[in-house]
Amino acid sequence: MLYQLVHRTLYQYDNAVSVSHHIVRVTPRTLPRQRVLDFRLEVNPAPMVQTTREDYFGNTAGFLTVEGAHQTLEITARSQIEVLAGEPPIAEQTPAWETLREDCRAGAPGAREASQFTFDSPLVRRRDEFAAYAASSFPVQQPIMVGAMQLTRRIFEDFKFDPKATTVATPLEQVFAERKGVCQDFAQFQIACLRSLGLPARYVSGYLETLPPPGRPKLTGADASHAWVQVFCGEAGWIDLDPTNNLLPGERHIIVACGRDFSDVSPVRGVIVGSGKHQLKVSVDVAPVG
Amino acid sequence: MSASPETTESPLPPPPSLVGGYAPLPGTFDEMVSAEGARRPHWEQMAESLDRLGRDELAVRAENARRMLRENGVTYNIYRDVQGLDRPWELDPIPLLIPPEEWRQVEAGLAQRTRLLNEVLVDIYGPQRLVKDGLLPPALVYANPGFLRPCHGVQPAQGLFLLMHACDLARSADGQWWILSDRTQAPSGAGYALENRIVMSRVLPDEFRNCRVQRLAAFFQSTRDTLRSLAPRHREHPNVVLLTPGPYNETYFEHVYLAKYLGFPLVEGADLTVRDRRVFLKTLEGLQPVDVIVRRLDDTFSDPLELRTDSFLGVAGLVEAARAGNVMLANALGSGAVETPALQPFLPGLCRELLGEELKLPGVATWWCGQPKELDYVIDHLDAVVVKRSFAGLGSEPAFGANLSSTQREKLIAEMRATPHEFVAQERMALSSAPCWVQQQLEPRPLVVRAFVSATRDGFTVMPGGLTRISHAAGDPVVSMQSGGGSKDTWVLSDGPVSSLTLLQGSQQMVRMERAAVEVPSRVAENLFWLGRYAERLEDSIRILRCLVARLAGEARYEQTPELNALVRLGVRLDLLSERFRETGASAPLEREILSLIYQAHRLGSVREVLDRLRHIAFVVRDRFTSDSWRIFNKLQSDARLKPGKIPLTEALNVLNTLLFDLAAFSGLAGENMTRGHGWRFLEVGRRLERAANVITLVQAALAVGAEGAVILEPLLEIGDSVITYRRRYFAVPQWAGVLGLLLAEESNPRSLIFQLDMLEERVAHLPRDASAPRPAPEEQVLREMKLRFAAVNLETMEVAPHAAVPPAVSGLLAATAADLRKLSDLLTHHYFSHADPRLS
Repeated sequence: MLYQLVHRTLYQYDNAVSVSHHIVRVTPRTLPRQRVLDFRLEVNPAPMVQTTREDYFGNTAGFLTVEGAHQTLEITARSQIEVLAGEPPIAEQTPAWETLREDCRAGAPGAREASQFTFDSPLVRRRDEFAAYAASSFPVQQPIMVGAMQLTRRIFEDFKFDPKATTVATPLEQVFAERKGVCQDFAQFQIACLRSLGLPARYVSGYLETLPPPGRPKLTGADASHAWVQVFCGEAGWIDLDPTNNLLPGERHIIVACGRDFSDVSPVRGVIVGSGKHQLKVSVDVAPVG
Repeated sequence: MSASPETTESPLPPPPSLVGGYAPLPGTFDEMVSAEGARRPHWEQMAESLDRLGRDELAVRAENARRMLRENGVTYNIYRDVQGLDRPWELDPIPLLIPPEEWRQVEAGLAQRTRLLNEVLVDIYGPQRLVKDGLLPPALVYANPGFLRPCHGVQPAQGLFLLMHACDLARSADGQWWILSDRTQAPSGAGYALENRIVMSRVLPDEFRNCRVQRLAAFFQSTRDTLRSLAPRHREHPNVVLLTPGPYNETYFEHVYLAKYLGFPLVEGADLTVRDRRVFLKTLEGLQPVDVIVRRLDDTFSDPLELRTDSFLGVAGLVEAARAGNVMLANALGSGAVETPALQPFLPGLCRELLGEELKLPGVATWWCGQPKELDYVIDHLDAVVVKRSFAGLGSEPAFGANLSSTQREKLIAEMRATPHEFVAQERMALSSAPCWVQQQLEPRPLVVRAFVSATRDGFTVMPGGLTRISHAAGDPVVSMQSGGGSKDTWVLSDGPVSSLTLLQGSQQMVRMERAAVEVPSRVAENLFWLGRYAERLEDSIRILRCLVARLAGEARYEQTPELNALVRLGVRLDLLSERFRETGASAPLEREILSLIYQAHRLGSVREVLDRLRHIAFVVRDRFTSDSWRIFNKLQSDARLKPGKIPLTEALNVLNTLLFDLAAFSGLAGENMTRGHGWRFLEVGRRLERAANVITLVQAALAVGAEGAVILEPLLEIGDSVITYRRRYFAVPQWAGVLGLLLAEESNPRSLIFQLDMLEERVAHLPRDASAPRPAPEEQVLREMKLRFAAVNLETMEVAPHAAVPPAVSGLLAATAADLRKLSDLLTHHYFSHADPRLS
């Protein structure tokens, strides 16, 4: 599939801001099943500093400084991207989950890189209660991918999608207790479950092409940033799982950044010098081309 | 100095000599006396000297040390302690002696260790070959909160992550030195070691000379030169700053001290800003580039943009500035990664791999529980070890296996099995002991030495000395300043002549640094402004209280005294005294009330309370004051305490008089010793503004109680410190017109309102401003209007008769001027102080 993506972030400040620094992670990743054909970042007002680097996790991170009084800041990322349908591995043939846990613990060569995703991270802490929740999906010698898919389905069934229930600061314990949240909460909860069992799991931020209800036109800006999970399955590598929709991400999921949790990959993050409040508007369009 | 009960009441004669009566702890290594009871040769000279001085003289010396530390304001803040802010530093008057040949080995081992840890950092923040090759378990990097992923790939100039490194050393029973722990983040203690040295060289000057003690100054000079040499820009005149988390940090004293000693401005995160990927210092004159930051702020708090977003102690964009190579940080961001004790067991292997050398100085036996065999060993030998968390910030105190109850033990084992990589165990080491001055005699106390290493142009150099910390109790296994304990100076002896270089007098390079020190950060200007205001506010209330106390305590202490009655009403009017004192003349409750207004620390507006606020602000800008000025703040605080066993009211009069002298000394020092820079100017503006406002309030209150007739005038002149001036001028009983003229309009009276306005006009005219901004500036405009209004009213010819209504011209003038003064304060705040705070978006 070919997509035209527009991700627009607009800050409106009550009082003029004299300096603002932002870190943006809005460039889709180049991956075997995902090709970036074109990418442009538009910043208004024009930044004094605009640099780009590859961060620790291989994501593209941009650094922007806007100097001089400004009342609004608009950051627009436009990309053209090609996504291929992947061929997921045969779940039953992935290694037993205990094997992966031990490989990570021992720092075995094949799992060393992945092992860093088994530890606590700023927003995801391992808990006995999470391990207990996940346990029923991981009986003895369960192939890891089978267990992870089952866990994905259970989260999808047990948790209610409710944008009003949580904020970015809501702790996972509360998400778990109330069984409510949004894609970010479900992804981080699933990661917490897997890590609590000693398994490597990471957070993916990206976009999902939403389909309009049958017979209705698609609304511009109706798409949103999306988040899901990757679990490490040994030789099969990192496998994507979407607990919000209970599916294995394919052609409609576009990967922007990977990290330990949301804090490693937040799309736009900034510090401003100024006083007063601000409003934030974000819109995302994922339009299929041709 | 009072003798302890044991020595005064003991019927036994004192032991033959001070040192001869010293008994080391059994089963440990004593620094002075060998297991056979023989004195170690390098202590010989000191021991003789101590005996020669004797108990009484040593007591005097110990007291001298205490006094010097108190006067220099050497403090240490204890987080958990309510009284913890500004706890006095404790220094034992007997130094720890280390012989030269022994130190050479320690020195070589320490320098090697710093080099090694630096190489480990180069790898962790670079290729991570050590993890890939299996030399370093992945968990020690990846589960380590000190490993900062945003800093990966940021390689500092010359690969120098560690510009400063500290190690805690202890000596085991066989005399071997071991490394207990490392400080690689922002090591503290070097400044305290230096202050200890300066004090000790005065407390035991002869011993200091005779023992040929290696000097510390060269170490600091080399540190300073290295820091300056690492500036990415302005190579000729690099700007180096010392970044502190602020006065609430436990070692804030040291930050101030080192900043002064090294000649680097002391700054807080809010004083710095990043523009164009470079760091600048915000000063009243504008932005000044910063090249090197000596960081005493933990790295995770250093940049709210890329590190901890909930911290505003740091500087947004600092990581990016470091990434761009535009600023050098000492130590580099992320250096805390090698502070983990879990690294210890891997260091011998890493040393062979990275340096091709054997590790010279061993670390205390450590087992990292992330390895199954080690975990089993630790669980089996729990009684013999101390269990700690692998990574700082995971909370919980070290657990001494042997002291645990069976439930605690089970809980700990369960935790260790659940997340083994988060635990390390270390052998419980019996610390060596040294003689300490306790209760008028020498007693052994366990000790740990903190040693310091710093980078030089071609390697690493070790401070010949260090901070020796002693525990309070002979059997206490924990030695830490946080848990309370004392310190000792550490004398590394020399076998040759010693160099007597000192930085205190200021060398060539110090002179060059002064330019930067003159620049005033906005935050500092604001604090000085408020310092001026509070000092004046304090003086004002002391003068009013003194007036009251003098009349209450004096000969004519009778309720009928009309002056006292008038004064009480004035006090009520000024909101100093409560309404209930207006009519009742009873003196006992009034006395109590006044004493409470002086001594009650928790009463808003009391002398003690304003004093505490004054001292707090002074504390925040402490680096701006000479040690003499700082001494006054300490003296003010101790002078304001009620001394036991004194007649309260008489004593109160003494206290108020003493405080007024202290404040006069402070004004005098500020007037005579402070450079006429913007810092001084803001202090002055604050003081003048407050005094002007206070004169107005006072006169307004006096006019309101004017029904008393002229009886209020004498006290009014007294409060306004203008009695003598008035007598000289009028040779008569005070009259309203004359008094008002003197307090408000007399240009030569430094207490008058017009004098304050003149002063304000002069100071404000010289405040820094943008050359393109229109003149007069709004602040100047307000002052001009105030003075014009004054000129229009002729006070001297005005009739203010007793029982007559206050002339509207006067009350109007006072009200309008008071409003304008508030406006002036707001304008200054808005123009100079409102450095908009950074926020997260």
